[in-house]
Amino acid sequence: MKLGDLSLAQLRQRLAANDLALRTGPFVTRMHSTLPLIADGLLRLYADFPLDEGEFNDFHVRVGQPTGIRRWLRPQINFWYDDHSPFKPLPANHAFALLEWGMNWCVAGHAHHYLMLHAAVLEKNGRAVVLPGDPGAGKSTLTAALMLSGWRLLSDEITLIDRDDGMLVGLARPVSLKNASIDVIQRAFPDAVIGAPAHDTHKGTVAHVRPSADSVARVNEKARPAWVIFPRWKQGSAARLSHHSRADAMLHTASHAFNYSLLGGLGFELNAALMDACTCFDFEYSNLDEALQTFAELAA
Amino acid sequence: MTPAQRCPPLLDVLRQPARMATLDLKNWDLLLRQAGSAGLLSRIAVLADQLGLNAQLPTEVRPHLTAARTLAAKQRQAVRWEARRVARALAKLEGPVLLLKGAAYAIADLPPAAGRLFSDIDILVPRDQLGQTEGALMLAGWHTQKQDAYDQRYYRLWMHELPPMTHIRRGTVLDVHHNLLPETSRIRTHAAPILEAAQALTDPAGLSIPTHTDLVLHSACHLFHEGEWGHGLRDLVDLDAMLREFSAELGFWPNLLARARTLNLGRPLYYALDTCQRWLLTPIPDQIIAECPSPPPTWQRPLMRMLFDAGLASTHLSCQGPLSQLAGLVLYVRGHYLRMPWQLLIPHLLHQVKRSEMETDKESDKKNG
Repeated sequence: MKLGDLSLAQLRQRLAANDLALRTGPFVTRMHSTLPLIADGLLRLYADFPLDEGEFNDFHVRVGQPTGIRRWLRPQINFWYDDHSPFKPLPANHAFALLEWGMNWCVAGHAHHYLMLHAAVLEKNGRAVVLPGDPGAGKSTLTAALMLSGWRLLSDEITLIDRDDGMLVGLARPVSLKNASIDVIQRAFPDAVIGAPAHDTHKGTVAHVRPSADSVARVNEKARPAWVIFPRWKQGSAARLSHHSRADAMLHTASHAFNYSLLGGLGFELNAALMDACTCFDFEYSNLDEALQTFAELAA
Repeated sequence: MTPAQRCPPLLDVLRQPARMATLDLKNWDLLLRQAGSAGLLSRIAVLADQLGLNAQLPTEVRPHLTAARTLAAKQRQAVRWEARRVARALAKLEGPVLLLKGAAYAIADLPPAAGRLFSDIDILVPRDQLGQTEGALMLAGWHTQKQDAYDQRYYRLWMHELPPMTHIRRGTVLDVHHNLLPETSRIRTHAAPILEAAQALTDPAGLSIPTHTDLVLHSACHLFHEGEWGHGLRDLVDLDAMLREFSAELGFWPNLLARARTLNLGRPLYYALDTCQRWLLTPIPDQIIAECPSPPPTWQRPLMRMLFDAGLASTHLSCQGPLSQLAGLVLYVRGHYLRMPWQLLIPHLLHQVKRSEMETDKESDKKNG
């Protein structure tokens, strides 16, 4: 059964009863919330995802109102992982963004059976591109654009590398867009489904793009890494790939990973194997169409 | 409510790790949450591995255990590395430098070390070398965190340890003790016999660890006198693991009792033995518990059991009973009551309340501003 098979009323009821377990790639997350923003966001962005009917959940999460007198002064919400809350409360209208951050935190903080890099991953014709990106470099914009032009999304934030075979493992969760890139994507892809924006978060305005149906349907297909590309959006720049040294790429991914040092020697081996399998580039662009053209040629 | 009724399946598995092979997925779901919350998931993962159970466990569960073992292995390596840095920083110190608790277990490869997680490293040095120790550690990059004059006075005048020291580069935290209990504590103990009896390590050279009996007594007094119940069950598992293995040594039990008398730690030892036996079925001769020095008066025992049971059950929501919150408050007050006399405690608590209010105000100012 898919989440989208439920009506909004059914979804709300099941969320309120802690009776909704969502499967995203290898993880099952059981969700508990009575907040309308959570049900709305899930139905809009996760409709193609399967529900899990089993008895085992990888993560138990809840988004709701904190207790205490503050909730009468100003509506706030918080995120609970099982029975503890790792974050500070946020304004109530950030509920869905908080759920997304919380789900990222669940994976990044626990899934040490993978090497986890801070990078996006997409796949085309059996070959995957890893996109590490410094904040503001335009990684998520490019990720959303590639996904909306036929690349299969594995992940927007967390690259999972299987420690047994070095293959890339997908989550296919929504792509998080910030500020101006929300309009950029909506204009370039009028059919893209984008969730309700959360304004004035610590990252500015945040909104999530619904993953393509193909990405969700094929989420369990692992992908073979072929490129590591460092995107950089630069005003007026023509789309251009240029050589990036593997050694530098390895240092960059290692220092931006979620658990590179935690994995010790294995982390090094996996990261080195990734670089061995990949050609590394810097990629400058200002125009999305040109960028997509460059990537289409690369994957051809 | 008996302990076993409170905390299945975690307590079943701690008592009999082989039971892991028989759990269904629903119980695994709860076990992983309870164990994660208790800080015992890595221990369970390592035990499953040691017992060769991995292949029999559900495929949904195995990745969690692999992840938990990875974390424990990393922490163990990090503690070893950090201990060598401490040894190097304090190489010129005259007196012994003892590793305590988690770091001691890990470096000496003692039974609680399997899958144990750490938040900081604890060391014990002679009181008269506290100044030199602090100076040498500062030169090597450890600094006391930002604290006001009140905190500095609180630690240096009343406590048995310096304010926590954090390494400026690595962010690792070191607690430097000169005694097991605060200077103001209702039970007075002394560290000299522990320092004297300590066994020197070959790696890292320059560090020592307390004898087995002293490790047990320290763990007992940490849990049952200081009252940090957040890791209560984890600490009880440490005690259980040590008692099971050390009790095979010739004369261990009488030595433990004699040592408890010398260090004036009979009361916390009594509580530790009684609670280990009831919660983890630790094989402890009844006669040893009966002979424990300074046991609590008989009328207090049921009450204390009830409180400790509630403290240990605070591990996870699924273990808590109706009176858990009240018991938690009582334990908190008890912990402070044992720490210092009323004439110090009341001003201290008032200061803490005032400060926490000021911090809340500051936070909301920041958000509004």
